[in-house]
Parts: sequence; structure tokens; C-alpha cells
Amino acid sequence: MSNFFNKSDLTRQDADKIVSETLKNCDDGELYLEESKSESILLDDNKIKSSNYSSDLGFGFRAISDEVVAYSYSNEISKDSLKSSSENLKSTLKSIKGIYNHEIPKSNKKFYKDINPIEQKTLNSKLEVLNKVNDFLRKKDGSVKQVTASFSGEQKSIEIIRSGGESLTDVRPLIRFNVSVMLEKNGRKETGVYGIGGRQSYDDYLKNDNWKNVCEEAFRIASINLESKPAPAGEMKVVLGPGWPAILIHEAIGHGLEGDFNRKKTSAFHDLVGQRVASEGVTIVDDGTIDNRRGSLTIDDEGTPTERTVLIENGILKNFMQDRHNARLMNTRSTGSGRRENYRHIVLPRMRNTMMLSGNHTQDEMIKSVDKGIFAVSFGGGQVDITSGKFVFNCTEAYEINNGRIGSPIKGATLIGDGPSILKEVSMVGNDMMLDPGIGTCGKAGQGVPVGVAQPSILIDKMTVGGTKL
Amino acid sequence: MVKDQEFLKSKASYCLDLAKKMGATDASVTVGHSISETVNFRNKSLEASDRSDGLALSIETYLGKKKSSISSSNLLEENIKTLIEKCFEITKITPEDEFNSLPDRNLLSKQISNLNLSDETRFENDKKINYLKDLEDSASAENQIVNTESSFTENKSNFILANSDGFCDGYKTSSFTASCVTVAKDENSMERDYEFSSKRHLSDIKQPADLGVKAAKQTIRKLSPNKIGSERINIIFDRRISKGMLSVFASAISASAIARGTSFLKDKIGQQVFSKLISVIDKPDIIKGMGSQNFDSEGVNSKTLQLVENGVLKNYLVDTYNGKKLNLKSNGRSGGTTNLYFENGNISYEDLIKKNSRSLYITETIGHGSNLVTGDYSVGATGFLVEDGEFKHPVNEITIAGNFKDMFKNIILANDLEFEYSANSPTMMIEGMTVAGK
Repeated sequence: MSNFFNKSDLTRQDADKIVSETLKNCDDGELYLEESKSESILLDDNKIKSSNYSSDLGFGFRAISDEVVAYSYSNEISKDSLKSSSENLKSTLKSIKGIYNHEIPKSNKKFYKDINPIEQKTLNSKLEVLNKVNDFLRKKDGSVKQVTASFSGEQKSIEIIRSGGESLTDVRPLIRFNVSVMLEKNGRKETGVYGIGGRQSYDDYLKNDNWKNVCEEAFRIASINLESKPAPAGEMKVVLGPGWPAILIHEAIGHGLEGDFNRKKTSAFHDLVGQRVASEGVTIVDDGTIDNRRGSLTIDDEGTPTERTVLIENGILKNFMQDRHNARLMNTRSTGSGRRENYRHIVLPRMRNTMMLSGNHTQDEMIKSVDKGIFAVSFGGGQVDITSGKFVFNCTEAYEINNGRIGSPIKGATLIGDGPSILKEVSMVGNDMMLDPGIGTCGKAGQGVPVGVAQPSILIDKMTVGGTKL
Repeated sequence: MVKDQEFLKSKASYCLDLAKKMGATDASVTVGHSISETVNFRNKSLEASDRSDGLALSIETYLGKKKSSISSSNLLEENIKTLIEKCFEITKITPEDEFNSLPDRNLLSKQISNLNLSDETRFENDKKINYLKDLEDSASAENQIVNTESSFTENKSNFILANSDGFCDGYKTSSFTASCVTVAKDENSMERDYEFSSKRHLSDIKQPADLGVKAAKQTIRKLSPNKIGSERINIIFDRRISKGMLSVFASAISASAIARGTSFLKDKIGQQVFSKLISVIDKPDIIKGMGSQNFDSEGVNSKTLQLVENGVLKNYLVDTYNGKKLNLKSNGRSGGTTNLYFENGNISYEDLIKKNSRSLYITETIGHGSNLVTGDYSVGATGFLVEDGEFKHPVNEITIAGNFKDMFKNIILANDLEFEYSANSPTMMIEGMTVAGK
């Protein structure tokens, strides 16, 4: 655990005093202290292209009254700096008075260990793995023309100091291992990308030469794309594979169920609580409590313990995801979804691990039921316009389905749909729920945070596929 | 107040001296300081204020052809010392790379010209609040507008880049950004659109009422959209989307993508990649330009580059490392393009709209559907169906797709170029793309 007070003229008593004094006429707020250490090592084009280590330290001071949030951050932890932030907050909120609410629920559960993954594996052994990846893939097949492999690791320590001196802390490890391969055959080039990660040490993910499986998967995706034909254009049935394709749920409905958009009534879902938004059999939760997952958090960035929040139960919209600020203004409680990229950013309600739970169909049944459509197995990124509800995501591995059979692979295409109605088009939910491999980063308001997704195979009756073949 | 040149220089030389003392053969350091203040409004009242004050330090140390880097926001000397030690330890065990080096000395920028990139005017938060009040009053005048959000950000920055070959320079920059997002609603739909203005100098920012009215108008006209069928169609890209084509083009001609062989424009120098009427220029010395710079992120002097002339690709964007790989000299584009633009075409906006009996006018795209390796393009889109020069109805929940190799050759540009951002394009038509809808 970082001690934020031993290298500065700011003592804990000073900090407590300034925080309590600044927030005394406010509705909420806190001092958020953060220290992070991170590394990234990249092999590219047969060489170790870069090795970067970075350390960051700073605080963010927030005061909230009524609907107004005042925020000030600095990367200088000192008495002067905290005092000047305090003045800045007070000047914004000078005419607004609130009543401070101290209550933060407590929990003893922890969902990951206090480790520093960077120190748990030597740089030499990381370089060795990256070189092995490069040799393995280049020897594997003559079509391999480019290999990129990377490690990134981080340890983030946070402390939240609330009015009255209450302190909440968390230490968060996070790693990711990624492989990208480009193949060239008969003048065509295609890439395949695969990665793994989460909140454990590198070796927890790399044991039994697991790096080979990551290479094989990246290679397999690229090889399939070398054979791909132009994707069809138009509305058709879509079968989604299990696991990572759940970014559909993240984009299509996840963002629209974040508290801020619903308080502001800018989300297409804001007046739909209690109503049917998905087919029967569709249950979606956002869960911050799964051990060692990329999107899991012991406490969120306001100190609230995370939970498993039911968003949609058997097709009915149940809850939004809330941070303290939006929850207070909507007369509900925080779901432990208050997150920020780092101390430079304000807290927003965000997703953690968003999952659609299993139903009772098989993937085979789904494919067999489709006359003409596509089977999408893997995706790149996605995006949503939460107001109109329209969302997109890009296939990186997909096949056409003709008369109940999987046909040729098709080129990467964007799929587009309407968030509030797409889940009503889900006609089968598979029995094969799978978690993603631990690679997701969600962007919102310029802030990226690690997230997870999960789903079983699903059949969507109607969706627009953005190919070029009419 | 943003830290002055002397403070940043003293930190930079402390780092260089220390790296040298530890045995680094070369080193390069960037120290920057930035202060930014934002006020956010929503539905005509104050929603948030945000002040950030941040120092940033990044150091690269070399041991012959070995290199590694560190970055930190903590500039206490004790911390810098620990970090440089760590950086140098990592450098020692990092394998050699023959292409690693500081930039050629004779390419380094010798003289800073004043591009007027910094406006020291202080725009107090109370003034920001008044600006946003005016903006939202005009944005919410129409009763179909149900939600308005706006913000004003003032940023002041300063930096120093120094290396062990004696380069040591930097300068102040500023930016002022006002933006507005409006939500409109009718019985069929809810839509969102935006408008913003971002400038180096406060006095160049658009009037608040102009921004508000424009955002509202753009949002209201999107209400009650229809989906259209799947078809081959000519697409007109509004200027805020057409400038995105420049970003794709810039990524595809970066020396890094070319050296790695992962660009659809590899080996295309001297070849026709756009239609004959297209020229693309990157000009770093525009006075008050949003992308203007005296030198690139390595200190290399950056001059105006003609990237495409009459449709023929003339230059890649070259940095030192990838330049050595490709046997090219750096042209001062480490860190990318500066002020990038398409030169005007020879047809007016009105004539472009009327050119075809049926076309699709795109105002927004979503998704990350640009594949730089294959050139394949497929994104979600929002816009309007245009028939015989008239905007018929708004369109959404469609995708547009094509391949950049073909698209670039079928670009027709209007003559309505304006210099607003760091990438600027006239309104653009691309013939024969695929729309997927119903």
C-alpha cells in the first residue's frame, strides 16, 4: 500500500482537516489519492521496439452540491497544492449549500491480491517470451510477414479520504498480453489479433506455455480472413458466438443503462424501467465481484464495494448502474459503479463485467434455423450513440450461413442495430456462456477503463450487416 | 500560471546530466506543464467545474543502440533519480536495435519562428459561465430541444524538448474550446448533435449564439429518420466527416506502417492513389494553426510537405527511427501531421449536392471500421437522403462500406475549404459506395 504522506509536507492530519473543512457545506465529495506504476514492452518487426516504465502520482479533490460537481487535480501532493485545490472548489460552489452524507457501505471481500505484477516477473523473462512468440509464429508458416507482441502491466494504489477522516484503500494489479500477426498470401494481407489478461500475475496467465495458444488463435483468425469473401449488405439473421461478442451488449444496452445518461434523460432507456426491453429468457447483469477479472473491483473509485447488479431480468429492465452523485439525484443507491481512468478524471457511472446469462439452446440449433444470415465469432471495437440508441461493432471473424450451414468466411464488416429494440429480436439464448479473454477497454468522455464482458451464443432475428455485396 | 521556460529547462538539463553521469551514451527528455480549466453547463445551469494542473516528464536513454524510456508526473529530484536509474537498468538489458538513434544533428530545428500559438488572455470562470449561458439560451430556443449540454475549456501549456546533442527548445501554446451538445425529441425519435469551436486565441472563438443555434438546427433536422434500402449510391461527406479521410490517409502513409508493411499504401510513392484533381498538403507554419509546430516530437525541423500532387503520392510521414529503416531522412513528422488539408476542388458545394439525382449526405459516422492493412472501410452512419439537390429526409441505422483504394480514386471535392481544425477538407463526394440498410 502506498503511503501518500511520507514524502511531502502534507500530513494525514492536514489532509483530513482540509477535506473536512472544504466539504462541510457540500452534499458529497472526497480526496482521491493515487499512485500507479506501469510498464509496456513491445516486440515488433523482429525487434524489441520499446520498453517503457512509468510512474504517476497525484490527487483529485471533488466537492458536490446539488447538481454541481467541482473538481480539481494536481500531481503535486503538498499542503499548498491541496489548499489551492480547496479554494478552487469552494469558489465554484460558493452559492450552493448541501448536507454531507457520510455513509459508505462496508465489505471485507477482496477480488484480487495486493501484488505488483511488474516486479513478479523479470524483464529478461518477459523479453524471452516475446522473442519466443516471434520465432514460433515466423517458423510456423511462410505466410507470416509481421508479428507484434506486447506485455503491459500495472499496479495502481488508491486511497479515498472522506470528510471526518474516513479512509478507504485498494491495490489493483492488471496485466495484458497481446499478439498480433499479419499474413500475406497471393498478394492479400490480413491480420489476426488475440490477447489475454486480468488482475493476476503474468505467470498466472502464461503457465503451461499458454502464450502458444494465444499465438495459435491470432494465427487462426488471420488465416481465416485470408480466405474471406466480401460480406453481404442488408438486414438478415445474425448468430453471435459466446464470450467476447458480448461487446454487443456492452454497446447496445450497457451504456444506455449508465445512471448519468438516465438522470439527464438523454438515454433511450430513461423511461423504460419495469418495461420489457428484451425477449423473455434474456437476463443481463453487471458484476464487479468476479475474482481476478479485468473489470472487477474490490471497491469502486468512490469507495463503494462493488456488487452484481441485475440490469435486465427475463427481459424486463430492472436497474441502472449508479455512482454516488447520480444515485443521490435519482433517490437511489450507488451500485458501486463509480469509476475514473485516474486521478486526472472525474468519476462517472461505468460498466464492470457485463454479462448475459445462459439460456437453454445450443449453438447448433441456432445455425440450423437460419436460411440466410451470418455467424459472427469475434469482434474489434464498437460504439454507440446513446440518444438515438444506434450502435455498431466490427466483425473480425465471421462466416455466412446458408440453409442452416456455416459457409465461407466473410470480410470484416460493421453491424449496426438499435439498442432499445435489438434485444427484443433475440430469439434464442445459448447454454454456453463464456467470459471474454480479458482484453476490453471501454471509452467514455475521454476516459478509458478496463472492463469485461460475457455471453452465451445468441440468435438475433434481424440486424443490418454492413458489407459491400448487394 | 504555467511554468516558465527556465523552470522546465532546469528540470530537463538535470535529467540529461544525470543520465550521462550514469553512463548513457545519449538521452532525450521532454518536460511539459499544462493547466486547464473547464466549466460545464447543462440545461442552462452550472453542472461542473474542473481544474487540472499537470507536469509531465518523459526520458529516453540510449546505451549505444540500446534504448528504453520512462515517463512520470512526479518531478521531485529524488523520484527523477530513481526513475532514471531504473530506465538505465532496463536499457542495459534491452536488445540492440541498429535503427535506434537521436535525430541527425543537421536536421534539428535551429530557430523558432513565432507562429502566435499562445494567447495569455485569462478567461475567468465567471466569463466562461456567461458565455455558456448565452450559448444555451440560443441552443434551447426551439421547443423540440429537450436537453442542452455545453462546456468551455481554457488550456495553457508549455514544454521543453532537450537532447544530449545540445538541442533544447520549446514554446508556449494555448487553446480555447467551446462546445455544445443538444438533444431534440419528437413523437418518433430522440436525436443528438453537436457543434464546437476550438482556437489558439480567445478572440477567434465563435460567438456563443452562433454555436448554440447551429447545434440546435443540426439536431432538429435529424428528427424522425427513416432507414433506406441497401444499394450502391454516391455519398457526400459533410466537412466534419471528410476531414476524417485525411486521418486515415495520414495513418496509412506513416513511415511506421510503411516499414512494417501494414499499410495499403506501401510502395505507392510516385503512383496515382487519388483522382488527378486531388492534392494533399501538410503545412506546419500556419499562424495560430491548431496543428502548427516549429519542430516535431524529436526536435526535427518540420517544413511544408506536399503529400499528394495531382493524385500522385509524393511523401511518407517520416520520423528518425522508421526513416532509417526505409533509408529516408526524417521530414519532421515524428508525432504525425501538423495542419493537414485537401486543396479545394473546382465545383461549388451547391453544384456538388445537385450533381446526382440521388445521393446520401453523411453528417456522422460511428465505429472503428477502417482497416489500414487491407483498406477495407465499413462504418455506421447518419445523414440525409438527397434527391435532385434537395435534402429529402434524415437517415440512420445504416452502414456505408467500400475500400479506400477505390474510394480515394473516386473523390470529388467542393471548393469550400476552411481552416478550422488541424485537419481540414472541403465537402467530399465519393461515387459508388455500398449502403446497407433495410
